[in-house]
Amino acid sequence: MEPSLASYLALSGILFTIGAVGVIFKRNAIGMFMCIELMLNAVNLTFVAFSRYYADVTGQLFVFMVMSVAAAEAAVGLGIIIAFFRNRVSVDVDDASILKN
Amino acid sequence: MVTTVFFFLFAGLAIASAISLVYHKNPLYSAVSLIGVFIALACIYITLAAPFIAAVQILVYAGAIMVLVVFVIMLLNLEDDNALNRLKYLYFVGGGLGLILLVQTFFVFYAVMRAPKQTVNQNETVGKTLNIGASMYTEYLLPVEIVGVLLLMAIIGGVIMVRRLSEGNNLRQVSVETGNVGDTGKVESDLKKAER
Repeated sequence: MEPSLASYLALSGILFTIGAVGVIFKRNAIGMFMCIELMLNAVNLTFVAFSRYYADVTGQLFVFMVMSVAAAEAAVGLGIIIAFFRNRVSVDVDDASILKN
Repeated sequence: MVTTVFFFLFAGLAIASAISLVYHKNPLYSAVSLIGVFIALACIYITLAAPFIAAVQILVYAGAIMVLVVFVIMLLNLEDDNALNRLKYLYFVGGGLGLILLVQTFFVFYAVMRAPKQTVNQNETVGKTLNIGASMYTEYLLPVEIVGVLLLMAIIGGVIMVRRLSEGNNLRQVSVETGNVGDTGKVESDLKKAER
């Protein structure tokens, strides 16, 4: 007996919810970055589950694309975080408010 | 039956690690929790007969990306994240958003449970590396090339960002170069830290 498709979708939805709430609750740029990675992984899980239940390789290829984009995002995002830290000595997103005034 | 047991085991591990990721204030503990989520998800991919994706998950996410994140956390020597010390209304925003997303999740669960097609397709060769590679270099050749160009752009962007910042050896020089904005910002944030 295999777990049903609905179980995988429920797990993915719960992980996505935790990630989305974490992005709002965290005030640390690196913490927000990690919560975004969690949301990307939740979406990857739905792709792989549908790929399994419909025997279609497209879902797994799209997961591969998402992982590549996440790697590019990690390189650029962490570079931005380091540049921000050098200017402000903090990674708190509330300190990134130069454009407000 | 074994698949079901493994699914619920690793699903529980993934959810517990995700909650730990949001709960911990120290970024390093959060990073270790996130690695736990990645490993649990890789095991779930194996129960979904997708060994290639599971291997890439461990290699790219737990291997490459998280090493970069942990490296940055240790390099910056971050203090604890005292969450939401200024913006109290975000508690309501986050709670409302979480509630809406959970309701949506239960709705999707209910709807898919009611849907007629529930049987798994018995074709287990879909997730094999051979099939993925074959369709990656025939049908989906253009997206793969575009992703390659995107990664090249990310590498060049990272190198340029680091090079420009390392021309000024200390903080003050960098701040003067960027029009003195960073310097006043530094003083302000230092004052804020002294107030705390």
